[in-house]
Amino acid sequence: MARSQPPGTQPPTASAPRSRYSLRDTLLSYAFLAPALILLTLFTFYPLAYGSYLGFTEYGGARFAQGLGPRWTGLENFRTLAADPLFLTALGNSVKYLVIVPVLQLASLSVAVLVNKNLPGMAFFRAAYYIPVVTSISLAAVMWDWVYNKEGTLNWALGVVRIIPEGSFFGWLNNEQTAFWAVMLVTFWRGFGYYMVLYLAGLQGIPAELEEAAVLDGASSWKRFWSITVPLMKPTILLCSLLSTIAALRVLEEVLVLTNGGPLNSTYTALMYVYSKAFQGFNFDYGLASAAGLVVAVVALLLSVANFRLFRESDGGES
Amino acid sequence: MSLVIRAPARTAAPRRRNVKLGRVILRYVFLIAVLIFAVFPFLWTLAIALTDKTAGGSIYNFPASLFPRAVTLHNFADVYRTFSLGKYIWNSVSITGMTIIGTLLISALAAYPLARFRFPGKGIIFAVIIATLVLPGETTFIVNTLTLKNMGLLGTHLGVVLPTVAAAFGIFLMRQAFLSIPQALLEASRLDGAGELTILTRIMLPLSVPSLAALGIFTLVGTWNAYFWPMLALSGAPDAVPLSVAVLKLKGQFNYDPFNIAAGSIIMMIPVLLVFLAAQRLFMRGMEGAVK
Repeated sequence: MARSQPPGTQPPTASAPRSRYSLRDTLLSYAFLAPALILLTLFTFYPLAYGSYLGFTEYGGARFAQGLGPRWTGLENFRTLAADPLFLTALGNSVKYLVIVPVLQLASLSVAVLVNKNLPGMAFFRAAYYIPVVTSISLAAVMWDWVYNKEGTLNWALGVVRIIPEGSFFGWLNNEQTAFWAVMLVTFWRGFGYYMVLYLAGLQGIPAELEEAAVLDGASSWKRFWSITVPLMKPTILLCSLLSTIAALRVLEEVLVLTNGGPLNSTYTALMYVYSKAFQGFNFDYGLASAAGLVVAVVALLLSVANFRLFRESDGGES
Repeated sequence: MSLVIRAPARTAAPRRRNVKLGRVILRYVFLIAVLIFAVFPFLWTLAIALTDKTAGGSIYNFPASLFPRAVTLHNFADVYRTFSLGKYIWNSVSITGMTIIGTLLISALAAYPLARFRFPGKGIIFAVIIATLVLPGETTFIVNTLTLKNMGLLGTHLGVVLPTVAAAFGIFLMRQAFLSIPQALLEASRLDGAGELTILTRIMLPLSVPSLAALGIFTLVGTWNAYFWPMLALSGAPDAVPLSVAVLKLKGQFNYDPFNIAAGSIIMMIPVLLVFLAAQRLFMRGMEGAVK
């Protein structure tokens, strides 16, 4: 059986299909590729396969200490998860974290539009907005912890403008009503510069004539934003929303460094559950943690598909 | 067409010009508000780090704590000494250095055949590498710690580095660079009898220095800042942790000194900030996100 070649991709040659590859090139290629392939197999593909398998087993804790391997338990872990109120809270919080996606994307696109103008200082603003992106989450935790402190700048500033009376200051990360949103604001802070840059790249592709024509037609900048910029930026918005959705669902670091899931589990997210079951405390329940990880992966997949659908539909409706 | 519509815009009435000026001012007002949001935490941290704590006073004494009157560099020396910061700086340098070298080496090696050779299985390998970008990684960190433990590498810098150095981003970046080098140059050197490794090291790599530098810089910033993975992989070796992990440990201490923490944070921030400011254009191109 000859190797099938899609018609038209290559001019037909007289040589037999087998001689298309030289043995020397093939051996060299695999030698060059070997380090990357070995590491990817060991640290990316194997964990995916083995981690999925672990989700259906009992592993860790006592078994681990006795040197016993994983024991197949079928769907037992998933039943445990479904009955665990902490996991349901965690999953709920991760889904609730998706609130950030439209807010972050709209803000990033707006900021990109603001700095995408030939005026003095724009390069400076862009660079300054990007600094939080290249800031470690641990430094963000140090700095925002001071801002959110009971005596911190946020309370002080709100006190100055009389939104919060001086006597009723509180720690934003210690309050179960505010901690979730305070953590989310740090994600927002570290993210908007990143998406701004992606949107700026997209904005360069919008022809200036279109914008100018709309100005002459008397369209307000608000209207221009919604009827020119947003529709033309749809591919970029889709990409960014997708990245942002998956990142929001997988949020872990911010929670870990700012609140460790508290207070009263109000910031306890799904990956926090995975991490916590596997590594915090003394259980080391790798089986249950892997099962929880699988659930998050499936939800992420479903949301990515939904994201695509949503955009395709709204695209068909308008244009 | 553009000529026709551009002409009248130039002759705008004065009233319209006022509106335009108002718009520009409004734009700057927004930009400055966002600027304050973006950089305020840094400025306050810098102010705290520079404050002379011997003068007494709290970091929460507003607005005085935002504008330190007695400025000193003493906190930097203090945190370096009392917290043996040198050790953690070295750990960060070691982990980051190894990661950069490993990433450049492995990416360049893997990218070369993908850009230049025809071999069976190329399409599959390509697909496999692309797949790593979208595969779910929720349980990866669990299995990787187990793997490293079995290899005896858990708690070592090499253990932190190994799982991160082979990545699609670097391989594609280098492949792109290699593809842009004229094929004729390679044919000529092959005729001269140069081996593949010679061609890679003498021709391909020197001509791809900008891409290597870009990859190195992205890797540097990402690795220097990384928190979760080094924290996890080094949780049994507290003396081997990088600055990013150490700074938070410092903050977690019961009787901590905020002035020292601020100074430590600034020390950790400076290398990344300098690299970012020097290579701004690279980050502003959005290349990182395009491949991620």
